[in-house]
Order: sequence, then structure tokens, then C-alpha cells
Amino acid sequence: MAIEPIVEVRELSKVYLQGETNVVALNRVSVGIQAGEFVVLMGPSGSGKSTLLHLIAGIDRPTSGQVLVRGINVANLNESALAEWRNRNVGFVFQSFNLIPVLTAAENVELPLLLTSLSSRQRREHVAAALDLVGLTERAKHLPRQLSGGQEQRVAIARALVTDPLLVVADEPTGNLDSKSATDVLTILQSLSREANKTVIMVTHDPKAAAFGSRQLHLEKGEIVA
Amino acid sequence: MVIPIRYHVRNVTVRWRSTLATLMGIALVVAVFVLLRALAAGIEKSSAQTGDPRNVLVVRKGSQAESSSLVTREQLQALQYLDGIARNSDGQPLISADVITLLLAPRASGDGEANLLLRGVTPRGRELRPQVHLTNGRWLEPGKREVVVSENLARRFKGLEIGGTLKAGIGRLLVVGTFSAGGSAYDSEVWMDADEARLLFEREMYSSLILRPVDEVAYRSLTNSIESDKRFALRAEREVEYYAKQTLTAVPIKILASLLGSAMSVGAVFAAMNTMYAAIGSRTREIGTLRVLGFSRLSILLGFLLEGGLLAFLGGLMGTSVSYGLYQYVILRGITFGTMNFQSFSETTFQFAMPPILLLVGLLFSILVGVIGSILPAWRASRIPVISALKSL
Repeated sequence: MAIEPIVEVRELSKVYLQGETNVVALNRVSVGIQAGEFVVLMGPSGSGKSTLLHLIAGIDRPTSGQVLVRGINVANLNESALAEWRNRNVGFVFQSFNLIPVLTAAENVELPLLLTSLSSRQRREHVAAALDLVGLTERAKHLPRQLSGGQEQRVAIARALVTDPLLVVADEPTGNLDSKSATDVLTILQSLSREANKTVIMVTHDPKAAAFGSRQLHLEKGEIVA
Repeated sequence: MVIPIRYHVRNVTVRWRSTLATLMGIALVVAVFVLLRALAAGIEKSSAQTGDPRNVLVVRKGSQAESSSLVTREQLQALQYLDGIARNSDGQPLISADVITLLLAPRASGDGEANLLLRGVTPRGRELRPQVHLTNGRWLEPGKREVVVSENLARRFKGLEIGGTLKAGIGRLLVVGTFSAGGSAYDSEVWMDADEARLLFEREMYSSLILRPVDEVAYRSLTNSIESDKRFALRAEREVEYYAKQTLTAVPIKILASLLGSAMSVGAVFAAMNTMYAAIGSRTREIGTLRVLGFSRLSILLGFLLEGGLLAFLGGLMGTSVSYGLYQYVILRGITFGTMNFQSFSETTFQFAMPPILLLVGLLFSILVGVIGSILPAWRASRIPVISALKSL
């Protein structure tokens, strides 16, 4: 039985205007991603892997083509609907963590929940569960600068998971980490796809990191080559 | 749902070093604004505190101030036998004719001379103004060239200490006592005997009359008969109402407060704007992150307006605290200020008045400065494209 892909990318193109020349970042890419997959996007700089990730996650708009997530064409949503869609459906993990420096770990994790209708008690329970999942319950009241890079990235993962999103997207999540911390982070992402059946899409340069994924897509010059 | 307030509160407090200059700028503007308004309020309060609600002041029709009014001796004669005027324990009608004139006297500070308001009063006139009480020396004796001066003026002018003399035309007036008048307009006056004053200054006429009706009914019939009598051409009104209108003196200070306040607040708006641009510039990636997490442009905009308002509110709190501290100091030390009275053209003394509403206005003013200064930076923050915000360092 053929399973409907959770993410369906159809003929997706992105063209940037750089100075007076058009730069094709993504050229009519089509791909399907199933629920529970851990897809790794690889390729040299400028190959379009980050652009593809941003388009799937709804933080950038395509020049043409469609991104269907559970049948919804993300490219058609207006600005505020898109913000709401991101909040409900996508968890983000960035290379440089992007935690809010003045908020504690728990407050950072709670941020996306403030846009939901959960009560403050429910929010606290969700935050506690997410921090427990990444093994940082004891660091809940620490500010980001009081945490190590690996711990910061785990807080960021907790923030990505706390809304129970359909997709977790990660852009070079281990780029700023030592190899021990990188392994911790990748193990968490892997177990999300294997045990919690989350769909994880990760961009990386690092073949060792890529080995944690269940499928690798190689991009070059805006096209999927393997 | 908006970005949690604690995010903005902590951002203001975390970077307090970089915001301190802006805070102090706003504090200064608010302090200047509040203090100037407090001066104006002080002048108005001094006018408002003058007068006894039972007294009626009579001046010539058409004159705005006692100093420009004339009342003849015949008018005094005719009026004092009108029905309805209260009498004292000796059975004499409580009506008094005052002579108002200006005297030039050297300032104690040494910088030039200023006009003093000299009021010639009768013993009845003193009875009608019980708030004026002797604080030192003795009261003047009728028929002698003696004066009693307000304590405020005694401090501000040369030769007004007890035993000192005051040059008046061809003669000299001996200071025999000082008085205090409870923060009223009389605190800016020198008093002498009315008839002696008329002789000394060769005045045929009095300046004004003050009288006390027995009751409310008598008040109405007295004012009616004074004002309707064509021969008199006089105007009668309650003493308190007359002084309540004498607030013209506060106008220049109010204008100064508005001019200085608005000029300085423009500067403060730019300071706030600069600080908020810097704050937003250094937090571009944070803003991008918040947008990615699902916070809308509107909540970013409102959040930064709030942050700017909060920043300026802290400055306003500093400014109002400083001005309140200064006010308490001035009150405690009994320091008075002087300015030209624009109705009598004489030196008038007053104290700061700082009603709580003034402090509240100062705070609201500071918040307004912060919010206005944050409009453009907050607008820009809310329009930053998510992708480029995330790439920013």
C-alpha cells in the first residue's frame, strides 16, 4: 500500500536577484518525504540545501512550484497564516542555537507555547516534559550563557519539540558543537524519528552527522543529484 | 498573544549601561518640565490661597487690578453706611479702604532693584485679613511712617529687616515688624497706615475697598446696590474670586515650561529612537527567531513600542524622583522664589507647588516620549525579512 508522503515538494524553484543577475538557488526540485523519516540534505555551499529546508519550513517563499505539507500548500498562505502554521507544525533547530539570551532555558522552551491556547499549568507540564526528553531538567532555570554549546542546542531541540510539531527541521545543528555534543544532539534527533515517529529534515556538511539519517538527498547547483 | 513582557523588561535592564545616557536624558527633560510646572503651580496656588470667602473687594469698574483702581473718599463715605455690612466688637462697620502703590527697593542679592507692592491699610483692614499675623517686632502705629513687611520680602530685599528703612518719595519708612500670610499674595507685600500713605504719596483717593457682609443675603444686596449705582462706577466681587483671577503672573513660566518642554522632548524622542535602533540592530537574529517561532509582525511591533515606553518610563521615574526630592528640599529649607507680578508689576514671592497630578503628568509625558521615539525602530523591526534576520550576526 502506497503511503501518502507527509511532505510533497513539486517542481519547486527559487530564484534570487543578486545585483542584476538572477541566481537559481533551486531548480524545479520534486521530492516526497514520509512520516517518521530522518532526511538529511547534503551538498556543497550554494547547492540549495538550506533554501529547500527554508521553503519546506515556510520561512521563505518559492519563485514557483508547491510545498504540500499534509496537503496544505504552504506557499499559498499569507504572512500571518504562515506564522501560525509554522508555530503549529514546524520545530526549528538552528546552527547557532538562537536562544533568547535574557530568558531562562525553561522560558525559551515555553516561547512557542505562548501562541497556543494552553493554560500556564499545561505549558509548564509541556516544558518540563520537553526538557526531560533532552536531559536538561536540572538546567531549566539557567540562562543560555550559563549553558555549554551542547546544552544550548538541546534546549533549542526541546523548544522545537514542545509544540509536538509534524516536522522538525534542523539547519547544520552540529556545526558549532564538539563531537561529543554533536553525537548527543544527533542521537536525540534520530530517536525522535525512530521512537516518536517524527519527521526530521536536517541540513549538514558533515558525513558523520549524515550517517544518523534514514535517507540522504544530495543537492548540487539547485538540483537533487542523488 | 504577544511576546512576554519579561522579555522586554529584561532586555531593558540587561543593557542598562548602554541605556543609561538615554535614561538620564529623559530624566532631565521630565525634571525640567515638572519643576517649571511646579513654579507655575506655586504662583497659582499663592493667588488661590489669598482672600477670605466672607470678604468682598470693591474696585473701580474696568480695572483689572487693585493697583490700577481708584476709589474716592466720597465713595467710601457713602458705602460704609450701607445696610448689611458686618460690625466688629466695637460696633464699627467692617469696611476698609486700601491705598496701593509701588516702591522701588534694592534686592538683597545685589543685582538691581525691583518694585515692591506697598499696601496702606486701616486697623479694620487688618481685622478683615486674619491670615496676616505678626511674626517679629510689633505692628505699625497709625499716623506714623512705619511699615511691617512680609518675611519673604524681608529676606529678598535690602533694608527690610526690623529697624531698617525704606526710601519712599521724599521720606523714609521705618520697618517695625515682619508678618507671614500663609502662602497668600499678602506674603509679597509691605503694609503701612492707609492715611499716612495717602499723605506721603499725595494721593487724594484710595485704591480699593474691602468689606464684609453679614450674610449671603446681605452679600447679594450689597454687591447689587454697589454695582447698579451709576454714580459709583464700582465693581464688587468676593475677595477669593478676585485673587483666583490674578494668575496672569504664572503665564510666562507656563509658556517657558511648554517651550522648553517641547524643545527638550524632541531631543529626548531622538535619544530614545537612537537607543531603540541600536537595541533592535543588535537583536535582529532574535527578532528573526521570534518570527520563525510564530510571533506575528504586530506582536514584534507592539513589543518594541512597549520596550521603548518602558525605557522612557524608567527615565521619567528618575526625573520625577529628582524633582520631587528638590521640591521637598526647597519646602524644608523654606526657600521662596520671586518673579514680577504682571498685574501689579511688583515683586511677587511664592513657593513650589507639586500636586501629585503633576508627577503623574511627568510620567505619562516620559512614556509618550519613549513610545514616539520607538515607532520607527519598532516598525523596522517588524518588517525585517525572516531569512535575512536569521543570517544576521
